[in-house]
Amino acid sequence: MNKQLPGWVDFGLLPILNLLTAFLIAGLVVVAIGENPLEAVGHILFGAFGYGEGIGYTIFYTTNFVFTGLAVAVAFHASQFNIGGEGQAYIGGLGVGLACLALDSTLPWWGILPFAMLGGALFGGIWGAIPGYLYAKRGAHVVITTIMFNFISFSLMVYVIVNFLKTPSNMAVQSRTFEQSAWLPKLTWLDGLVPGIAGSPANVSVLVALAACVFVYILIWRTKFGYEVRTFGANPEAARYAGISTTRVVVIVMAISGALAGLMALNPVMGEQNRVFLDIPQQAGFVGIAVALMGRSHPLWIIFAALLFGMLYQGGAELAFEMPSINRDMIVVIQGLVILFAGAMEFMFRPMVAKFFAGEAA
Amino acid sequence: MTAPAIELKGISKSFGPVHANKDIDLRVEKGTIHGIIGENGAGKSTLMSILYGFYEADAGTIAVDGTVVKIKNSDQAIALGIGMVHQHFMLVEPFTVLENIMLGAEGGAFLNKGRAAARKELERLEREFELHVDLDAVVDDLPVGLQQRVEILKALYRGAEILILDEPTGVLTPDEADHLFRILGQLKAQGKTVMMITHKLREIMAITDDVSVMRQGEMVATRQTAHTSVDELAELMVGRHVLLRVDKGPANPGAVKLSVSGLTVVDELGVTRLKNVSFDVRQGEIVGIAGVSGNGQSELLEAIAGIGPIASGEVHLDCDAEDTPWRPRPGLGHVPEDRHKMGLVTKFQARENTILGYQREAKFGQGMFLDRAAILETTKAEMERYDVRPPDPYLKAANFSGGNQQKIVIAREIEQDPDVLIVGQPTRGVDVGAIEAIHRRLIELRDSGKAILLVSVELDEIRALSDRILVMFAGEIMGELPPTATEREVGLLMSGVRAEEAAE
Repeated sequence: MNKQLPGWVDFGLLPILNLLTAFLIAGLVVVAIGENPLEAVGHILFGAFGYGEGIGYTIFYTTNFVFTGLAVAVAFHASQFNIGGEGQAYIGGLGVGLACLALDSTLPWWGILPFAMLGGALFGGIWGAIPGYLYAKRGAHVVITTIMFNFISFSLMVYVIVNFLKTPSNMAVQSRTFEQSAWLPKLTWLDGLVPGIAGSPANVSVLVALAACVFVYILIWRTKFGYEVRTFGANPEAARYAGISTTRVVVIVMAISGALAGLMALNPVMGEQNRVFLDIPQQAGFVGIAVALMGRSHPLWIIFAALLFGMLYQGGAELAFEMPSINRDMIVVIQGLVILFAGAMEFMFRPMVAKFFAGEAA
Repeated sequence: MTAPAIELKGISKSFGPVHANKDIDLRVEKGTIHGIIGENGAGKSTLMSILYGFYEADAGTIAVDGTVVKIKNSDQAIALGIGMVHQHFMLVEPFTVLENIMLGAEGGAFLNKGRAAARKELERLEREFELHVDLDAVVDDLPVGLQQRVEILKALYRGAEILILDEPTGVLTPDEADHLFRILGQLKAQGKTVMMITHKLREIMAITDDVSVMRQGEMVATRQTAHTSVDELAELMVGRHVLLRVDKGPANPGAVKLSVSGLTVVDELGVTRLKNVSFDVRQGEIVGIAGVSGNGQSELLEAIAGIGPIASGEVHLDCDAEDTPWRPRPGLGHVPEDRHKMGLVTKFQARENTILGYQREAKFGQGMFLDRAAILETTKAEMERYDVRPPDPYLKAANFSGGNQQKIVIAREIEQDPDVLIVGQPTRGVDVGAIEAIHRRLIELRDSGKAILLVSVELDEIRALSDRILVMFAGEIMGELPPTATEREVGLLMSGVRAEEAAE
């Protein structure tokens, strides 16, 4: 088979074809409900990009998805399928929250941020490294263990919040709110450019997310460790030949993967709610799988894929509001179709496109 | 004059921009053995796949017994009396011979009736073609040579008049190969037509009536075997004159560099793969390990390289290379037997493969970062020195031909200047032109004072390069022979018969 396709086909044309197919089918569903699909698209686009606050929300969701997308991508490079981003982000939220709760009366936000990052990365990292260790030493498959660790994290967090963090005077299962000086600043400096963005939860953690993209790029493609990770991921036999230790690669990669997922918690915990609360990741860990698949595990494409899902999240909420017959579940259907076509069936159009280009070349 | 068994006219087949077959004409006479030779990637397998219905040709016609036919799948091929014996056997190992042969031709939903009929028919075939196999034996328990006979029986049972064999002797001992040739002779005598794909010129000379040579997707010549020579065929295959013999002076062995003593390897299933193996390799000599593949050579290489398990015994290297904690055996170069599985990461670019196994060396980057400029320079230099084509460091390893992939691996291992080099199947799947270059390079290394251990299933290669030959069988070293030993002497040891037993 002819495997070489121009880069722009692989990274541009194919994802767009997949996306259009997903939208086409989603559009048919909208028609079946009795609404105008074009109008629905209009609502999604307006909701996501039409006004300052909407843009802010899109950025907020995108930030989450960049972190979790990177987490899944890093593990992918070592051919490990980390679907525990949800749990790692949740536990990471505890790390972020503990740093803020401990320091919010003594340090300003920029003084706390390094500790919050450390806390989130450390907690999430440990939550990822344990399945990695179990795989390397005991052969327990990462898919199984990480999904189990998600469930463990859900119960553990309820237990920790209820028993240690909840304020007695409050009925809600959450910690006390951090001092305002510990809150991550909103993107007020963009308010002149995008009026209304300061009213959204978008905050400076988006910059941390972008820095994380650079970090992942350098780690995977410029360091010796990254080379070993990719070698192990592409050909474990060649890795053995090259003296690369399976345990070392898998445990460290899973720790980094978990740490990236844990960092995601900065956004909702320190940037939005300013407390430790139930269900911190809100499915972002799972969306990260689709983002990494669609972004071909490359940080640059992950930014775009995360933006797409951020748009669907925020625009979808707008659509549900504007067209009541399309409820929240319909939005999930559309997102599901995107994941299906962009992720699970990403190679569906490849043979056809390859044939087309082969025909052109001949 | 009878119609030819097979006549191909103007067969073309492309895979994307690659022309695997270009306007191929081929005429195979009934009741002959027709050899098809060519380098790897010359298009032999594609052509046979078209004939057997795996691929459909883009253009051209196929005529069987003078009738133009369309072959869309292997069922149609079988119906036309074409049978294929694949290089890698398509047998269900836990099934008996009879069950394997019946598979896909059971003759109804219940097995009993079909089984009795099949047994009767097979017993007839075995008698007629002198193809004796125990029909109730489990395939897994049979030696490779007999498994191949099962494949041939399978084709005959389905009424094959034309038998295609793809690299049939790759897995056989010389003795088993001779037996196969006798069977093929018998088939020919009974009026069957045999087409044999191979890259071994000697076999072509020994058994075929006619031979067709393919090069780069084209049929360059068809000759009567009696009227051609090994040299002419080699030249036709490569397109230029090739040196088939390796020129080398006498060895000048020095101090022992690699010493293996009492090495025993037991695999995960508890099977002993290597039994108490001991030998030395001295500086300035090539020690060749001959043997049919699967007799412990892979385990030996991995144990010496320090990447495989060792149950007992010792591997000692006498090198002055610095001890590096991450490298299993500093001072040792290892060209693995299977470059796709082990020696290369095929989806990496050539430059990334340059550092495989040496990724932590300081020359490829200080600290934790890779020095991409230095790596690129190294790749370019190695590509030039070893004539890797195309000399493109950014090309993915998968897109080089087998010979050039092997050059990338060999260049990498040699350029680290090891004291000891262990080499597995250096020319497997490598074209004739590159074989010449690789052999010359190994001799040069020997003469520059390296200790080289060579493992190969190609007896010719072992005999041409080695200064001493050790023969392995079932995980043991059966004996040591000088390079002047005859093929028969080596062959006997390869099939497990020791010299003293043979004399009896």
